[in-house]
Amino acid sequence: MKQALNNMFDDIYKPLDEPCAGKIVICTGTGCVASGSLKVLQAFTEEIRKAGFDVAQTLPEAKESTRPDSTVRLSKSGCQGFCQMGPLVTVLPENILYTKVKPEDVAEIVTETLLNKRVIERLLYKDPVTKEPCQGQNEIVFYKRQSRFVLKMCGELDPESIDEYIERGGYDAAKKAYSDMTPEQICKMILESGLRGRGGGGFPTGRKWELTRIQPGDKKYVICNGDEGDPGAFMDRSVMEGNPHSVIEGIMIAARAVGADEAYIYVRMEYPLAVKRLRKAVEAAESKGVLGKNVLGSGRQLICHVMEGAGAFVCGEETALISSIEGKRGMPSPKPPFPAQKGLNGKPTVINNVETLATIPLIVNLGVEKFRKIGNEKSPGTKTFALSGHVANTGLIEVPLGITLREIIYDIGGGVTDKHGTITNDGFKIVQIGGPSGGCLTEQHLELSLDFDSLREIGAMIGSGGLVLMNKNTCMVSVAHYFMQFTQNESCGKCVLCREGTKQMLYLLEDIMNGQATAQTLELLEQLARVVQKGSLCGLGKTAPNPVLSTLRYFRDEYEAHVFGKRCPAGQCKALLVPEIDPEKCKGCTLCARKCPVEAITGERGKPHTIDPEKCIKCGACAAACKFLAVTGV
Amino acid sequence: MNKKAFIYVDGIKAPINGERNLLEVIRKANIDIPTFCYHSELSVYGACRMCMVDVEGQGLMASCSVAPQPDMKVKTNTAEIRELRKIAVELLLANHEKSCPTCKRSATCKLQDLGRKLGIDKVRFKPINKQQPLEDASQVLVRDPNKCILCGDCVRMCAEVQGIGAIDFAYRGHDVAVLPAFGKSLDKVECVFCGQCARVCPTGALTAKSHVQEVWKALDDKNKKVVVQIAPAVRVAIGEMFGKEPGTVSTGQIVSALKILGFDRVYDTCFAADLTVIEEGSEFIRRVTQDGALPQFTSCCPGWVKFVEQYYPEYLDNLSTCRSPQQMFGSLAKKILPDDLNVAPKDLVVVSIMPCTAKKFEAARPEFLRDEIPDVDYVLTTQELGQMIESSGINFVNLQPESLDLPLGFKTGAGVIFGNTGGVSEAVLRFLNEKLTGNTQDNFEFTEVRGTEGIREAQVTFDGKTYSLAVVHGLGNARKLIENIKNGSCRYDLIEVMSCPGGCIGGAGQPISFDSDTREKRTKALYEADKMLQLHKSQENPYIKKCYDTHLGEVGGAVAHHLLHTHYKSRKRIHDADLSLMASKEAQQLEIRVCVGTSCYLRGSQDLLHALLCDIHHSDLKDKVDVKATFCFEKCSQGPVVRIGDKLVTSATLEKVKEEIESQLRKRQ
Amino acid sequence: MPLRKFEKVCEIINTYNKDKSKLIPILQDVQREYRYLPEEIMAYIATSLDIPPAKVFGVASFYAHFALEPRGKHIIRLCCGTACHVKGSLGLLEALRKRLNLTAEKHTTDDMLFTIETVSCLGACGLAPVMVINEDVYGQVTPVMAVNLVEKIMIEENGNETGA
Repeated sequence: MKQALNNMFDDIYKPLDEPCAGKIVICTGTGCVASGSLKVLQAFTEEIRKAGFDVAQTLPEAKESTRPDSTVRLSKSGCQGFCQMGPLVTVLPENILYTKVKPEDVAEIVTETLLNKRVIERLLYKDPVTKEPCQGQNEIVFYKRQSRFVLKMCGELDPESIDEYIERGGYDAAKKAYSDMTPEQICKMILESGLRGRGGGGFPTGRKWELTRIQPGDKKYVICNGDEGDPGAFMDRSVMEGNPHSVIEGIMIAARAVGADEAYIYVRMEYPLAVKRLRKAVEAAESKGVLGKNVLGSGRQLICHVMEGAGAFVCGEETALISSIEGKRGMPSPKPPFPAQKGLNGKPTVINNVETLATIPLIVNLGVEKFRKIGNEKSPGTKTFALSGHVANTGLIEVPLGITLREIIYDIGGGVTDKHGTITNDGFKIVQIGGPSGGCLTEQHLELSLDFDSLREIGAMIGSGGLVLMNKNTCMVSVAHYFMQFTQNESCGKCVLCREGTKQMLYLLEDIMNGQATAQTLELLEQLARVVQKGSLCGLGKTAPNPVLSTLRYFRDEYEAHVFGKRCPAGQCKALLVPEIDPEKCKGCTLCARKCPVEAITGERGKPHTIDPEKCIKCGACAAACKFLAVTGV
Repeated sequence: MNKKAFIYVDGIKAPINGERNLLEVIRKANIDIPTFCYHSELSVYGACRMCMVDVEGQGLMASCSVAPQPDMKVKTNTAEIRELRKIAVELLLANHEKSCPTCKRSATCKLQDLGRKLGIDKVRFKPINKQQPLEDASQVLVRDPNKCILCGDCVRMCAEVQGIGAIDFAYRGHDVAVLPAFGKSLDKVECVFCGQCARVCPTGALTAKSHVQEVWKALDDKNKKVVVQIAPAVRVAIGEMFGKEPGTVSTGQIVSALKILGFDRVYDTCFAADLTVIEEGSEFIRRVTQDGALPQFTSCCPGWVKFVEQYYPEYLDNLSTCRSPQQMFGSLAKKILPDDLNVAPKDLVVVSIMPCTAKKFEAARPEFLRDEIPDVDYVLTTQELGQMIESSGINFVNLQPESLDLPLGFKTGAGVIFGNTGGVSEAVLRFLNEKLTGNTQDNFEFTEVRGTEGIREAQVTFDGKTYSLAVVHGLGNARKLIENIKNGSCRYDLIEVMSCPGGCIGGAGQPISFDSDTREKRTKALYEADKMLQLHKSQENPYIKKCYDTHLGEVGGAVAHHLLHTHYKSRKRIHDADLSLMASKEAQQLEIRVCVGTSCYLRGSQDLLHALLCDIHHSDLKDKVDVKATFCFEKCSQGPVVRIGDKLVTSATLEKVKEEIESQLRKRQ
Repeated sequence: MPLRKFEKVCEIINTYNKDKSKLIPILQDVQREYRYLPEEIMAYIATSLDIPPAKVFGVASFYAHFALEPRGKHIIRLCCGTACHVKGSLGLLEALRKRLNLTAEKHTTDDMLFTIETVSCLGACGLAPVMVINEDVYGQVTPVMAVNLVEKIMIEENGNETGA
């Protein structure tokens, strides 16, 4: 599969023609920048020059170089997905990937690898299981098992260079759409491709476009939803930062398909780098005549605006997002009417998420038949996921739809870790998929095919694609509580069920965690969750109870242990812990007894002490004082 | 072929007749779908989730936002729906101040009503309402956030119908609140006090401020003579509070009741309305003949007057200078009644019964105070009068009608129809027709200005000259009209504006009604009342003539002008007051404001602020100064800028600032 | 004191052609200028755009990014996304609040040096838990690291103080 995919990709996107002595690609995604990749970049510029080479930071510089043999191409790339190991540096053409590179390593890389073609072993990634060093992406399991398609160019291209994108064949699909295809043909193609929206419920993109296309009226809009708000998801950020032109190209094709002449890219404010790169990309596209009054010489207009959100999760909901663009409070409005009928400023509007739009040029270039070879029948194509939590390899991955959870966690993710980050064999508890709107997948779902329909069947959804792994030490009630707190915080406050319902669910969960719940609490929680799910105004509200309902479904025993047994099996709910001193560990130093503000600890010097749970207020002073880690449960 | 479309509501066939949503079709089929946030006059909001129904093949849907499709099969009463509604109401109740017995809306609260109807005998959720302070700084309206269920009816009413937007949602999630701008009180913002927000509020979150206690006190005071005027619209609505159909005329019962309550004289605002017609009609003729400012706007409606002062001060000259009937009555009463009733002026109390909340604001306007005593001492709404009657145990419905006192209780039909939109125009036309043509025999009705359209236009020709009229109700419509006038797309001579939909009969002081045909019935009743009277033209009112002869002199003359006319002031840029307030306030502590705007920030203002705070913390200045960060002083090139008292220190350093503080503190001593 | 003219605000409003629908970008630009949204400025924007002040306030108070009160010199943003939560972001928050004497209600220190904000997800989940101080992103932060970073700034600031 993977090889076939690569071949397909290489068919449509040519490699860059750069007559240089060597090339170094440094990841400048948000993760690597946070780990200091800009300083590494700076160090490379200096060290390469010191070694007597010219540095070509852009494609034209490389092409115009008068002495290509002594020019090194130094390129920035978008997020390569392996953020945890950043800063990432790739040396080409040897394709050697160095991880966690520090500025002080740079001189060595230049002299050893660039000049003398020797691999520096200590900078290579080591397989967490085999401990073997891996030289490049092809040897690293994290990458080897992925099928990078939409993300492929993110790790290769300089995202701030339209020239590189065009040189590799970018905007060819847009050209085709604007000159060789009719809107009907484009809609038909996308519909037949089976592409489904990557941002949430998986609605067929082609149908959305067709519905918008057939609406009467001259003024229509395309909106790219880059308000990726789900905590634990950053696929769209990576695409916007790493390959902004692919998003613009997707928007152009959508605009041509529905007859829109104006587009908005709405990016959440937490992604300043994405905003910057998209703005730059739009400007570059305008100056090249790709966007603007005369798109690619077709005589058609497409004006593209980049709008920065102002911090509201609910704006990921399409009607709320439209309100926000209109300068209003981002509160959802009832559907129907759907945006396709009455959207921005009351005009027909197509809203697609970033990944969906970035997939469009690939479909147009490949054609329906080839595209459908990826993924499975009902869910063709690839999907990006953000893998994080208690897993050995965290980062951004792209896989064909239909892959199993097991492959993701154990092959790509390298396995489950404990709280110290060490791989454990029996640690897996759940994967939270699709953020606060999604649900949890348990051990019984390890062989489940990950696609839109099979997930819906079990009450979860792909959502935007966050996969947060949690190990056995995680309390499911606390997880539900965390998500409920999130949605409650982010509820716009418009409809009663979401505003008041999520708050009350939160209180009910707190009662459970604090040992104040009864059988009625559980019953009321379930009833309330169902009502909020059925009755809320928008998608955020409707999906808010999902974490509660799905944890209840798979871990009812854990809830019941809290409610009836007044204990937290994972040992996380503080109020339910029983304070204890381990007689094996206690040396009888009396320090804890002296620190205790309520005199709950008694015992003779030199003999194990005990805590009276009735008196204990769980302030934790004893545990903090104990040098022998003998106190638990406070 | 009959192509009539139907839907099936719980198995019963119900026709679709162009209703804008499923909800209306179902309601017409005699199933009362409960709602909090649905209002036929307002846009669909979809927040209360009470109107969910089960549509076959589509599942639960909010019927307010679904268009009816032929042959739709709808269930309105499934176990699922009952559970959902019950939980929704329980959730609201859990976050509601349940002081129901002492709530003004106790008898008319939708939340209470639905709770009862749905059989909610216990709220299973934790009470989470946090006590927040009442906002009652204005003379007129009280906001009780503890009772707000955030349905947004008030917000949409204010913005969509009245075109003002004085209140809006603020904050997010569980903190959402309906607030005036920046959380100020209503008297500090653009509110015109029309009270329509309170009219549509399903609970007691917005209510009119009651003046009942003050009136009781006056009635109880043996030294006071208390007289009362009744506005036209009150008589066709108050019966609703006692089980009568809307539109039942109960003038006689009101008089009896007021007499029992202890009022010394009961008069009619319609008398003053007749007076208004004469003054305003004459003013119009003067404007037409002497090149005065046209169009002439009516000025009876206090909400409208404040609206013009606020948003269109350039049209202040176009507002008729006539006081409203309430205020004409007040000034006339205070002038003539002390002698007539043999009472010292200070002991005469004038009360008015109004369908309106803004009248409370109007009565308190400084122009209408003489020696700090208002011409109209207290304004009661129809509801407040009803409540006084109820609390006295008077059996209103069975009262023997009594007649109004003379002379200020005598009116013509022209004064009565003032309560309807178009009524003022019609009354003035009845006057102008006679004045301009000399014809006294014509049919008195000018039905072309009647109706329910928000903006109506009419042309009338008197003595060969044609005059254009516009009649507007709802301030949103007024805004549209003025914008049209401003951009030259239309031109009028006379424009009547009433703030409330339907005119005064739809005022916010009227009994609460959620029925859509209530207004129509009240309107009709006022026109009927006009027909039942002997006289229909203000100029025929014999007591008005007498009043001019004995007290007022010439129409539009000096005395009349003094007593019956007024002037207006621009209220534009209401925020000016706030801006200068900071400088003028004589604070106890010395105010120090450090600019933390970007350019001052870059010049180190935040460091300065930090240093200053530390310095002050360690010195004896702590109680003498008040240091805060603020924003731009517009001296960016000379930052950091610090304001100390009323002095700006530019390129400030810690030393410079300290020096200035000490010098100012020395001066203070 | 003379009435303020709000020249910069006028400039910003004019770049957006007084377009009401651009309220959010206008508020963003104004906040960049003043570091928060002063009430007077919001009232002024409302008047200029011809929209009710209550609406501007409604929009400004809806979005988390808008600050209605002056903020500290250094803004610490803590990610509370799922990945960060799982990796212990709550501990960071508690440690920082404790060190700076702040609470869930009080976000800015008395000396106006620090403001703590929580954000739903910074999208750097691979580096969880993540903290941002001003513009700098820090990954895999422990409570001790977080407090050290803050204390380092405090020391620098107190050095500044004498020179101010």
